[in-house]
Amino acid sequence: MQDRPTLTPTQINDELLWPVFSFRKRHAVAFIPPMILLMGGVAAVTILIYQGLWVTGLQRPAFWGFFIVNFVFWIGVSHAGTMISAILRLTQAEWKRPITRAAEVMTIFSLVTSLLHPVIHAGRPWRIIYWLLPYDFSRGIWPDVRSPLVWDPIAITTYLTGSILFVFTALIPDFALIRDQSTGLRKKIYGRLALGWRGTPRQWKLQGIFGLLMSALILPVFVSVHSIVSWDFAVSVVPAWHVTVYAPYFVIGAVHSGVSMVLTLMALMRWIFKLENYIWEDHFDAVGRLLIVIATLWLFFFFLDFAFSFYTREEQELAVMERRLFEWPFNAITVIMVFTSYVIPIPLWLSRRVRRNIPLMFWTSILVNIGMWLERYFLIIPAIERKNELTFLWSNYVPSLIESLVVLASFGMVGFLLLLFAKVVPLVPAWEAKEGVIFREDVQFGEVTLPGIIKETEEENVW
Amino acid sequence: MADNKDIMGVFADTDTAAEGARQLKSAGFVQDDYDVLTGNPYPEGAFGEHVKPNRLFVFALAGGFVGFAIAFLFTAATQTAFPLVTGGKPILAIPAMMIIMYEMTLLFAMIFTVTGVIFESRLPRPSGAGPVYDTRITLGYIGLIVTTSEDRLEKAEEALKAAGAEDIVRESS
Repeated sequence: MQDRPTLTPTQINDELLWPVFSFRKRHAVAFIPPMILLMGGVAAVTILIYQGLWVTGLQRPAFWGFFIVNFVFWIGVSHAGTMISAILRLTQAEWKRPITRAAEVMTIFSLVTSLLHPVIHAGRPWRIIYWLLPYDFSRGIWPDVRSPLVWDPIAITTYLTGSILFVFTALIPDFALIRDQSTGLRKKIYGRLALGWRGTPRQWKLQGIFGLLMSALILPVFVSVHSIVSWDFAVSVVPAWHVTVYAPYFVIGAVHSGVSMVLTLMALMRWIFKLENYIWEDHFDAVGRLLIVIATLWLFFFFLDFAFSFYTREEQELAVMERRLFEWPFNAITVIMVFTSYVIPIPLWLSRRVRRNIPLMFWTSILVNIGMWLERYFLIIPAIERKNELTFLWSNYVPSLIESLVVLASFGMVGFLLLLFAKVVPLVPAWEAKEGVIFREDVQFGEVTLPGIIKETEEENVW
Repeated sequence: MADNKDIMGVFADTDTAAEGARQLKSAGFVQDDYDVLTGNPYPEGAFGEHVKPNRLFVFALAGGFVGFAIAFLFTAATQTAFPLVTGGKPILAIPAMMIIMYEMTLLFAMIFTVTGVIFESRLPRPSGAGPVYDTRITLGYIGLIVTTSEDRLEKAEEALKAAGAEDIVRESS
């Protein structure tokens, strides 16, 4: 077992707050790749807005392409952030401490990034107010609540609002910490954000209850959001989309990609911000085990999707499945997807040695994300390129360079926002790290000493 | 009371702070007279304190009801305002409405919960963390803050010093 360092409050403050109080070279260098990607994306979107949607590969019959694939991918990634944080809080898993905030923040930035995609996809972002707020009081025309395109923004807005509130409230003690350690304008700003926090037992107790209560509230939202995103597809009559398995299939796929992204993030945080004292090999081991279960569930739904089509034996359904399995380029995509999402990483993660090897975990998590991105492409594009008697143009969807640049920029955007966030508040909650040190006590069992956790006493402490 | 003043003892460690609480108790101070300020959570009762019950769950429940009601009114009113029959389906499509009601119930439950946490934590404080506060608290020091009448301040100070307070911070008059 790895030695778990015992840290003093001052050491925790120094090690977690340096990105806020100074701008070291390693933090600055980390900004470069995402900024390059982001600039490429800005240029691509500018060209798209100036030239129009013809610069994309969208054409009959496929009008949903890379932007929608990427939208679904980032919504999926946003899921695991809150899921992993909420489940770990509810089960009071001690190893949650260094992960929760980064996971929750990743949720917010992934959601924001994903929300940009339908706007770009629509081609005329300046009309966004008209599209987003079609509430026409003068004519009494309202959005149709029977449309999944109404459920979708409501679910995503709920999730985004909940996630922002979750992160903000858990940040209040750390705002107070930065307030106390700074001077001048920074002290003033963080003082306002801390709302006058002083750290009384009542405030700490409420923070604890809040974490549990909010987790219990946000978990049902998390399940509903990706179910509703899947209904964007499943409620339509497009063959292969119109299946009841889509909601759980999307949710489990989202969890698979999101938890893998958390793994990628943990490795990057450890390297960039030197968090070796907080993110241990034990954490990678634990997330790796979790992923084995999630990935296997995902594989089950992957086969179930085929089973639904083969069981009904509807001609159009089978045509899409045939296209996914045997026609170029989808046959290659299917093989790469299954190998990168399951066949390569899972047998590796079965080994404890691999799960505790951080570079290997980092690269395998990247593999899973490549696979899960391809899974969205595999689900969306072959079905929408359907061939029937009313389809007059049977050309395939070929993504353009502009679309590819936007996809790459979305990764840059999430990375950029996370790095920027780390400049404002610590990515690992300082107060939770200190709490972990206080609640941890070595317990002697015969000849071995094990780390024990003291949570509460049964005795009434009433004066 | 309006003429009450604050005095705080700053302690370097948990043991002396707990001793401070005991000394205050011996000096005749009761639970409501003092509070503990720490930079991180300690197990409940570490300083002999007892945290009064809170009503956070009531906030969440109330928020849920409000959200459900708003969503029901919103979905029902907008559909009946322009009653266009599509596909022979009823104007008020309950399954579709339920999706929106579900989301709004949870949205408002979350908003009310956050409001509840802030309200029950007695935040926001217009005076910030002060007037009696020490920034060393977030560095691991523990503050025992006594709110009492001016004539008992000396007694409180004696108790805090006897327990080994490193510093005494008083409210300026």
